[in-house]
Amino acid sequence: MFWDTVGYIFIVVGVVFDLLGCVGLVRLPDVYNRLQAATKCVTLGTAFLLFGVFFIYGFSALGIKALLCALFVLISSPTGAHALARGSHKGGVKLWEGSVIDLYAEDSENK
Amino acid sequence: MITVLIYILVLSVALCIYRMGRGPTPPDRAVALDILGTLMVGFCALLAILTEKDFYINIAISWALLSYVGTIALGKFLENRGFDE
Amino acid sequence: MKAIGEFIILFALWLLLTWSLAPAQVIAGAIVSALTVGLVGDIFLFKVGRAFNPVRIFWMLVYIPYLIWYIVLANLDVAYRVIHPDLPIRPGIVKIKTSLTTDMAKTFLANSITLTPGTLTVDIKGDELYVHWIYVRGKDVKEWTEHIAGRFEPILRRIFE
Repeated sequence: MFWDTVGYIFIVVGVVFDLLGCVGLVRLPDVYNRLQAATKCVTLGTAFLLFGVFFIYGFSALGIKALLCALFVLISSPTGAHALARGSHKGGVKLWEGSVIDLYAEDSENK
Repeated sequence: MITVLIYILVLSVALCIYRMGRGPTPPDRAVALDILGTLMVGFCALLAILTEKDFYINIAISWALLSYVGTIALGKFLENRGFDE
Repeated sequence: MKAIGEFIILFALWLLLTWSLAPAQVIAGAIVSALTVGLVGDIFLFKVGRAFNPVRIFWMLVYIPYLIWYIVLANLDVAYRVIHPDLPIRPGIVKIKTSLTTDMAKTFLANSITLTPGTLTVDIKGDELYVHWIYVRGKDVKEWTEHIAGRFEPILRRIFE
């Protein structure tokens, strides 16, 4: 019963983070900032959801699979964000005009 | 209880699809697609609790892995072309 | 030696995912794991001999809760910036220098940076990492390195080097 409560708390927190990440996806001004909000909030939200499933079902087939899935999401999502950020920078998408510095573009031009 | 959470996730998906339709550049749409994949994993987890069938978690695992491969492929594809707004 | 270690890891993963000890499942798992190691075993980055060193495993177990704590902080930070009506952001791409040498350690550092407050790794060239930062503080490479990578490097060095 106690672990059920913990699991449901994790699930509610996860869903709220998912929603906040999507709000960030709509509100922030350029691709890189959107990637920031989206990868962090949505990754952690989904991982929390899966941890919640693990807490509710414990060490059964469903619980272990949820735990493994959370690990996959936590490892794969930053790598995907990295690939997208690099791809869009090399593809020529500019930073938002309020940005203060872009050393990556400067260093690429110098070489 | 779980149903309410599913409605909140549906709202998030709606925001994602708004960004995907709005653009303005192709990478924006790619980011939205990536996030949509992760949200679907969350959906599958909630459905697994709601129906108590464990095959939903199998779907979640394969969805997570496939959306990762898709994102990497999109990133590689975006690298080799220029965009005008 | 390397192939055997990879086989054990893949086979354990298969057993966890199927969660049954029926003979058919176990035999199928053994065949698939052996095939995978035979076909693509060369592209695994890490040295398996190092993975079973107790000191490294201990530091890994320390690192995981430490990382999760910073991930939660990161989310509260980004959530605050998203909800705030004025959007308090000052984004930019900065460069940091890492003293880690192995590829595995750099991969973990880059992923940790992406998951922690306001930073996103864009590219790695040699020992320089380009990081997109949602609120730039400090002025030169040294301060940025201290701010972004300072908390992870000591532990990662103990795990991977």
